[in-house]
Amino acid sequence: MSHVATSPRFKDNARAALADADLQASLKFVEVNFIARRREAADRLPEFEALRDAARDIKDHTLAHLDLYLEAYEARVTASGGQVHYAATAEDARQIVLQICRRLGARTVTKGKSMIGEELAINDFLEANDIRPIETDLGEYIIQLRGEIPSHIIAPAVHLTKAQIEADFRRVHTHLPADRNLVEPTTLLAEARGVLREKFLAADVGITGANFLVAETGTSIIVTNEGNGDLTQTLPKAHIVLASIEKMVPTLEDVSTLLRVLARSATGQEMSVYTTLSTGPRRADDPDGPGEYHVVILDNGRSAMLGGSFQEMLRCIRCGACMNHCPVYHAVGGHAYGWVYPGPMGAVLTPSLIGVDKAGHLPNASTFCGRCEEVCPVRIPLPRMMRSWREREFERHLSPATVRSGLAFWALFARRPRLYGWATGIAARMLALFGRAKGRFGWLPLASGWTRYRDFPSPQGATFQQQWRTRRKRSSDR
Amino acid sequence: MSARDTLLASIRRSLGVSGDEAPRRRVVADRLATHPVGVVPARGQVAPFERVALFIKMMEFASGTVDLVSEADEVPSAVADFLRRHNLPMQVRRGEDRRLAELPWQREATLEVTTGVSDGAQLASVSHAFGAVAETGTMVLTSGADNPTTLNFLPDNHVVVVDAKDISGDYETVWARLRNKYGVGIMPRTVNLITGPSRSADIEQTLILGAHGPRRLHVIVVGEP
Repeated sequence: MSHVATSPRFKDNARAALADADLQASLKFVEVNFIARRREAADRLPEFEALRDAARDIKDHTLAHLDLYLEAYEARVTASGGQVHYAATAEDARQIVLQICRRLGARTVTKGKSMIGEELAINDFLEANDIRPIETDLGEYIIQLRGEIPSHIIAPAVHLTKAQIEADFRRVHTHLPADRNLVEPTTLLAEARGVLREKFLAADVGITGANFLVAETGTSIIVTNEGNGDLTQTLPKAHIVLASIEKMVPTLEDVSTLLRVLARSATGQEMSVYTTLSTGPRRADDPDGPGEYHVVILDNGRSAMLGGSFQEMLRCIRCGACMNHCPVYHAVGGHAYGWVYPGPMGAVLTPSLIGVDKAGHLPNASTFCGRCEEVCPVRIPLPRMMRSWREREFERHLSPATVRSGLAFWALFARRPRLYGWATGIAARMLALFGRAKGRFGWLPLASGWTRYRDFPSPQGATFQQQWRTRRKRSSDR
Repeated sequence: MSARDTLLASIRRSLGVSGDEAPRRRVVADRLATHPVGVVPARGQVAPFERVALFIKMMEFASGTVDLVSEADEVPSAVADFLRRHNLPMQVRRGEDRRLAELPWQREATLEVTTGVSDGAQLASVSHAFGAVAETGTMVLTSGADNPTTLNFLPDNHVVVVDAKDISGDYETVWARLRNKYGVGIMPRTVNLITGPSRSADIEQTLILGAHGPRRLHVIVVGEP
């Protein structure tokens, strides 16, 4: 599974994505379905905007008191018979998981969908240690068969067509008759359900993520539609929860507010099918449930984001609305971003977690149209934060020399309004003169980055500022 | 320093706090103790009969099905009807919940009722819900010998019985009832909020019912609210 970040090669990734016909066909669904469904769900609930404000405030309050809520949470988990483990780095978290699996003699591990699991590249790691991880979310199962990472945080296999999935099932499920009919998505799902049912029942350990951790009760919450997360955590000997520090929420009432915006923002459902609250291991009189309950709390660079310009990113509840509404994501899909988190939230979070030197292209891959911020359920100012990363990249001299000299050249004029007006005035007149015949340019010096792909329209002859002045004068003369 | 202390220390360094500030501790303790209610949608804040009607509408919107019976004694025949309607074998598995145990199952002579957890071999199960939320058509089930969690997920068909008076307008009412029953800050091992049958849209965003959990979720509402 390719977990080495390819974010530094974003431009090449994007170029390849634009030329990939299967990917482009799949991405159409993102733009059409997700946007309409979220809109409808938001319109059905008059309180939706007020809930977004409340959700933002809950997250801000929790982050400002995160140390204390973590302490309260831990006390409750311990009281209910569970165990909290702390991991400063991804490697620490992997070792904690491995030790639990080894102690239980685990040979297979089922997994619910977890973005923290992706961040840890836990599957590669377990496999290298002779423990077989089995992804059970349908989308995650499909991409595990392909050795890929998710291309979307809630729809991991959204980049694939039905035909590609059929080919993968035929390649891997060789115990089934070769001439079986797999044309319909329902038959593909039924096949995966059958194959995974046996794995659920045989697994020694179940690993899930967490959408929320509740300080009041020491509860972890997963939100799913398939029911795979519940089978993953109910059937094996132990349930391991992978969660990052910012999943914390104070109370059940606070969780209610966040749940009311989560599914509506993500899939446009009123509520996801399964919202499961788990507290500790199987009780004395429980006939089912895991014998052990562990929570691994991961930092991995997040505590350093507190108190700084990127703290608000920690409000994110991973609904995926920002990428569903992003024109850049619609064009290149998730894999181009080169690491675990794609789209606008990835463009802000990835530089924090793996370094702006590696992920500097991502905050630059934005048109600043602002749709991500418009739909974010916790109102994260994503465009402003992408701008902050661009500034940092510039300050640290990480941007390419051509960009820097271009900006310096532009700044020379931008800081001198008269010079700027004079130079742009000449340019507008010259371009109008040369472009008069065709009304457009197929090529311009220094602008080949634009003209290689589309024509540059020839201007009318006067700059915006000149026209503004003329019109103002005309209206005041009247 | 332990991993725990290191993590707390780095959070505190970034926040510029020591962790000992009395006002901060008070704010946190107060919030945990008083658990203030946030924005509750008006949708569920309606009179009892409207609430049940809203629950049915929202559950059907989530592709679940709902039956109404006027008293608990009618539940066995409603379960049998459901099985017949879908051409299923006349067998169900249930937990030890007294409200289910006391039902006149013998009235349905052909219906075979067994008790216990599911090991994946059962096609249909019956659970009794702790409650339900009308706002989104959501069932609330708690784990334990009464209603084992595996019955909610392994059988293909899940029938859930709920008392009409336990259908509340919002989640907040459910949390209050849980605190009342289990104690403040204490929860059963698992609370399942279930809104419709299992589904996946991972293949070309085509919505298909019956992913890893039940293909059908059938709710039987008992009595009057």
